Amino acid sequence: MAITVERPKLKIHEKLYFPAILKGLRITIGHAIRILMRKKKVTMQYPEEKWDDNLPEHYRGAPALVTDEHGRERCVSCQLCEFICPPRAITIIPEEIPPEDQWSKVEKRPKEFEIDMIRCIYCGMCEEVCPEQAIFLRKDYAISGYSRDEMVHDKQKLYEIGGIREGLVNKWNKLK
Amino acid sequence: MEVGNILASIEMMPILISFIKIVLVIFAVILPMVAYSVWAERRVSAIIQERVGPNRVGIPFTKIGLSGLGQPIADGIKFLLKEDFTPGHVNKFYYWLAPALTMVPALMTCAVLPFGSELFGEKMVIADLNVGPLFIFAIASLSVYGIVLAGWASNSKYSFLGGVRSSSQMISYEISLGLSLVPVLLIFGELNLNEIVWEQSKNGWLLLPFWGEGAIWNGGTDRFFLLFPAFIAFIVFTTSIFAETNRLPFDLPECETELVAGYHTEYSSMKFALFFLGEYAAMIIGSGLIVTLFLGGWSLPFGLDAYLMNVAGGSEQIPWWLGLIHIGTFLAKVIAFILFFIWVRWTLPRFRYDQLMRLGWIIFFELALVNIFITAGILILTRGSAS
Repeated sequence: MAITVERPKLKIHEKLYFPAILKGLRITIGHAIRILMRKKKVTMQYPEEKWDDNLPEHYRGAPALVTDEHGRERCVSCQLCEFICPPRAITIIPEEIPPEDQWSKVEKRPKEFEIDMIRCIYCGMCEEVCPEQAIFLRKDYAISGYSRDEMVHDKQKLYEIGGIREGLVNKWNKLK
Repeated sequence: MEVGNILASIEMMPILISFIKIVLVIFAVILPMVAYSVWAERRVSAIIQERVGPNRVGIPFTKIGLSGLGQPIADGIKFLLKEDFTPGHVNKFYYWLAPALTMVPALMTCAVLPFGSELFGEKMVIADLNVGPLFIFAIASLSVYGIVLAGWASNSKYSFLGGVRSSSQMISYEISLGLSLVPVLLIFGELNLNEIVWEQSKNGWLLLPFWGEGAIWNGGTDRFFLLFPAFIAFIVFTTSIFAETNRLPFDLPECETELVAGYHTEYSSMKFALFFLGEYAAMIIGSGLIVTLFLGGWSLPFGLDAYLMNVAGGSEQIPWWLGLIHIGTFLAKVIAFILFFIWVRWTLPRFRYDQLMRLGWIIFFELALVNIFITAGILILTRGSAS
């Protein structure tokens, strides 16, 4: 069913444009004055000011590996993260922990652990799937480098970002 | 021998002084003003839209930002260094001619604008013509050729549409532009812009006649009643200048949302910059013209000119400091008007094409025409038929 929309009958002052134009000019100058009087702050001056302090707890930045409070690598090279990673950014080469090692009971550890940060989509699946709680998404977000090779985080770099994380998984703790 | 005699009879001094004035006005005033009005446009638009705008470029290799004052220079360097690409499908000759044809008339019109009273006894106008406004209209309407040629030579549908729109728009607004000025010329009885400003300095600006003989308590009843037609002329003229300089709300020739960039779609690098410069130069000259005709040009308001002349000793010669004040006053007024241009640009949306044509042909044309008769009637009633 067709509906006829009545065109509004414009009054003479509406037809003249001028009151509307003046109203518009008043609105724009109002915005200008508000910003000039610094009553409203809108833009963050990025490199000098950052969100860092205000990032939410659940922020998903660069993934990183963590060690536990005894300095043990938490990662046991189960490769679940490698398999679940949607963009296949993670490459793990596992290795056996030699029997003389303090943590030989754990059996496996990563020989190489690489995350290609060009591929990473910060989805957090690796963190979710990890049974050992060894990989976490940190709050680093401005990952940059001069070459593709630089953008691949190796094991050392990942532990550097991750640092130590205490608590949570205790099953490899000899004292318990 | 004839030629030698003629050459010998030409005095070098006025030519030299004119040359100095041209170089100073163009390279020290107009071009920097063009560059910085682009900066002002970006900053003011940012402020109106509650953003920050370009505020980083300052002195190179330092952290000194100067709130982005280095931006125009960086932009200029960028324009010079960019690849000057000429598409294969264009008509090369006209394609190269068009940007110059837009830029040159815009700069030429500033020849007759009085940008100050006198400095060391020298009139602060490049060419003291007795047909100032006519010269400006004649030259300014040439710039449409640049735009039409650019649109035609680019051989692209967007450019073509932009060029066609521009020509029809300019034709429809040039009539009301010229007609709206007739009342002003009737009131002053003068076509020399410098004389018009002197008259306004002594007897009140056209839109502010409250001192000298123009004030109503000093017998200037005619000027008081003429405020009404003067105001109509001001509105029509200002709007037409907006249309003439392709500024929003009349920027249909460029109109990014429909025509990519209109007539300069196919242009790059410095050729594009010339269009840009031409547009902003036209805006500056247009503001200068409005200020000169309606708002007293370089003169100070409320008879301050006469007062300062008395302070200086009451001689005919204008002291150098007053001359500088006059130049400063003119520049301040022009800058204020440019800010108004920018303010309007970020307030009003673009007119539809039929609305634009209607406004030009049906409203402003008639309004300007009727305004002439109103002015003439008031002049006859107040000044009598003797003048």
